[in-house]
Amino acid sequence: MDLAEKVFEGIHIVDFGWAIAGPLSLKYLADYGATVICIESLQRPDLLRISAPFKDGVSNINRAGYFSYFAANKYSVSLDLNKDAAKEIARKLVARADIVGDSHRPGVLEKWGLDYDELSKIKPDIILIRSSNQGLTGPAAMQPGLGNHINGLGGIVNLVGMPDEEPICPMVAYTDYCIPHFAASVLIGALDYRRKTGKGQLIDLSQFEAGLQLIAPLLLDYSTNGVEAKANGNSCEYAAPHGVYRCKGEDQWCAITVFSDDEWQAMCKVMGKPEWTKNGKFSTLPGRKRNETELNHLVEQWTSQYKPEHVMMLLQNEGVAAGAVLNAQDLCNDVQLKERECFWSGDHKELGMFSYLGQPSRLSQTPAKLYRDAPSLGEHNEYICLEILGMSEDEYAQCAIEGVFGQCPDESMQKEQHSKT
Amino acid sequence: MSDMDRMDEEKCLIRSPRVLDLTDKNGYLCSRILADLGADVIKIEKPGGDSDRSIGPFYQSTPNRDRSLFWFAYNANKRGITLKIDSDEGKQILKTLAGKADFIIESFPPGYMNELGLGYSNLRRINPRIIYTSITPFGQTGPYKEFKASDLVVMAMSGLLYMTGRPGEAPLRISFPQSFLLAAAHAAAASMIAYFCRETTGGGQHVDVSAQECVLWEISNAIPSWNLNQKALKRAGSYMSGRWADIKQKLLWKCRDGYVVFYILSGGFGVKTNRGMVAWLQEEGLATKLLADVDWTVFDMSKQTQERQEQMEAPIAELFSRHTKAELYREALKRKIMLCPVSTPRDICENTQLRARNFWVEVDHPEIPAQIAYPGPFAKLSETPLAMAKRAPLPGEHNLEIYEKELTFSKRDLALLHQSGII
Repeated sequence: MDLAEKVFEGIHIVDFGWAIAGPLSLKYLADYGATVICIESLQRPDLLRISAPFKDGVSNINRAGYFSYFAANKYSVSLDLNKDAAKEIARKLVARADIVGDSHRPGVLEKWGLDYDELSKIKPDIILIRSSNQGLTGPAAMQPGLGNHINGLGGIVNLVGMPDEEPICPMVAYTDYCIPHFAASVLIGALDYRRKTGKGQLIDLSQFEAGLQLIAPLLLDYSTNGVEAKANGNSCEYAAPHGVYRCKGEDQWCAITVFSDDEWQAMCKVMGKPEWTKNGKFSTLPGRKRNETELNHLVEQWTSQYKPEHVMMLLQNEGVAAGAVLNAQDLCNDVQLKERECFWSGDHKELGMFSYLGQPSRLSQTPAKLYRDAPSLGEHNEYICLEILGMSEDEYAQCAIEGVFGQCPDESMQKEQHSKT
Repeated sequence: MSDMDRMDEEKCLIRSPRVLDLTDKNGYLCSRILADLGADVIKIEKPGGDSDRSIGPFYQSTPNRDRSLFWFAYNANKRGITLKIDSDEGKQILKTLAGKADFIIESFPPGYMNELGLGYSNLRRINPRIIYTSITPFGQTGPYKEFKASDLVVMAMSGLLYMTGRPGEAPLRISFPQSFLLAAAHAAAASMIAYFCRETTGGGQHVDVSAQECVLWEISNAIPSWNLNQKALKRAGSYMSGRWADIKQKLLWKCRDGYVVFYILSGGFGVKTNRGMVAWLQEEGLATKLLADVDWTVFDMSKQTQERQEQMEAPIAELFSRHTKAELYREALKRKIMLCPVSTPRDICENTQLRARNFWVEVDHPEIPAQIAYPGPFAKLSETPLAMAKRAPLPGEHNLEIYEKELTFSKRDLALLHQSGII
């Protein structure tokens, strides 16, 4: 059966979102063929446009690799939404859109006169998804913050660290990358509902709330048993060895997890059955758990003689779950990711040959792909205004003179603008 | 279907597409999400119940296969039947069910379902509209497809582990396994894409999900850092490093009764929160001249030195050490400062924002008996609210509903299937 090449062909999305969670949610639709127009600001570029890494280390809004990861397959229009003519362009784009995305703090869309009530006057069946840190209502709704803060509030930081030590606060904005999976599911559902009923709606997605789905059993454990889960290093109640072991080389590690006694016997065989493995205290899981510190020390004596990939292959060949700890360099060269074409090769105007992150799954009939490279800020102003909105060249020129698309400020002016927002 | 059911269905985001859930712990969340959206999910367990019913924690902290809180959380809103799918009769029954289903979600090792004659290529012949989603550690193809994996192994091989922990020490995972929850959540979204495609053009397809690739999203600044600058970002304990600056920016701060997350932000985005922090320090008599003199509108973290950073952080650390995390959070909300407590499960259960939004949902467990407060829906929808949680099924709880009423098996057939261990 022939399916459409692009699942979301003809679906139009206006994206006011920024900084990871919002744009990543819409990446799902862009990668499967929706037309996504990012509304950006020259005065206040996306946080990721001003975040490293930059091509050649030169800081520039159009050379940001992190931003580009989320912007592939999308168009960019720059608007100064403090200006009425810019709001008018935004409204015209909304009038022909199916979905509007937003990930600003509650209050920002309201300030622009683009909240759900207003949007649904322009387009009665619009679907508006607003992903924010803590939702659109409630006493904490207006608190500004980033994913790193939700790592703390949402219980993730509490779960990283060694037992009875200070927790470790990961630098990765963990929940920012989790929430888009939930957002995309519900958004596509809303699109299907609209197709069948003609009704749009407002989706209020709190990063805090959606993130709690990922630790739900621990919340039930507290609410029913009063038990508070804590960080437990890399150990696991029902497995030993279960940890990350130092290998040969600088900062080289291998994760090893042994759940059954059979797997343990297989691991002993791989290690060449050294004398200590014959000690009865290690032969059963309860024994290995009781003597886990000693066990880990002995296992590490073995692993530290070899490279992590070698340890991994030896153990995997005998059916023991083991995996080298890979860093970004390793992942860029990883044979599995290569064979699955996990990264998409692009040819970006400023970044040159650039490797984008694709979708983590393969649809057999309608695969996601790179249709266009990430845009420069405002790259499609002219195209969208003239070709899509049917503006005349004179009108477009007038808008440009009036600063509707934003001024390209020098750095000090840019900073001044920031202070006003 | 009664009129009442029909009315309820009107309010569902997706109108009861049938999902057959064959997954283990690595996939439960996928069909839980689809169930929340409105799908009719049938969890298919082996006779006697899934092995992963033995995953803790448990109600009353006592191991009991009918009281796994992990099972409760991720199988709510589903119905449940038992079926031995690796028996001849079991296969036939599954094929019959597949003929009328919209989705099949499975998390067996690659190839296993094909060996049973129940792979996508088999079932699409019975039902070309079926969406068949497979969740595995590394996907259905590639040199690692046969690898055995656990949460820790996937975390290791997707880069998140390397980025977490103290420098020089072993990298750390999140103590509650996350990688397959992310894979399952992604699988729900990917299955919905296939569903939308089917609803508009007619055909089903196979969805091949790799947990490794799902977790890879988490380190999406590390990959371009390598590609563009040949710099491999490293874990830095509780510090931000290498994102806006090469220096270490403190993320985790000790307070009187725990910890909070805060950091000094660079650029326009940080102006308000940084000014708010300095004003607070001034009120407590802790603002140094260095901090008071900073012009936050031009403050640029990339030009900061480690020494100056630490001088700026010292009075903030002193302020935090004087207060509890609840006090600090209250002030942060008032002053619009970007600071959050490091919440324990208790803090989350008592959180006022969640309560104000009616986040918690009481779910009835008549067998225990108990009412248990569950985390509520992951999103609030104005037109079609997501389903309220109905407790997870008991083993074979809906066998009669499905086998007798729907497949019209006779009581005698059912007794035979039961006796021979098929259901």
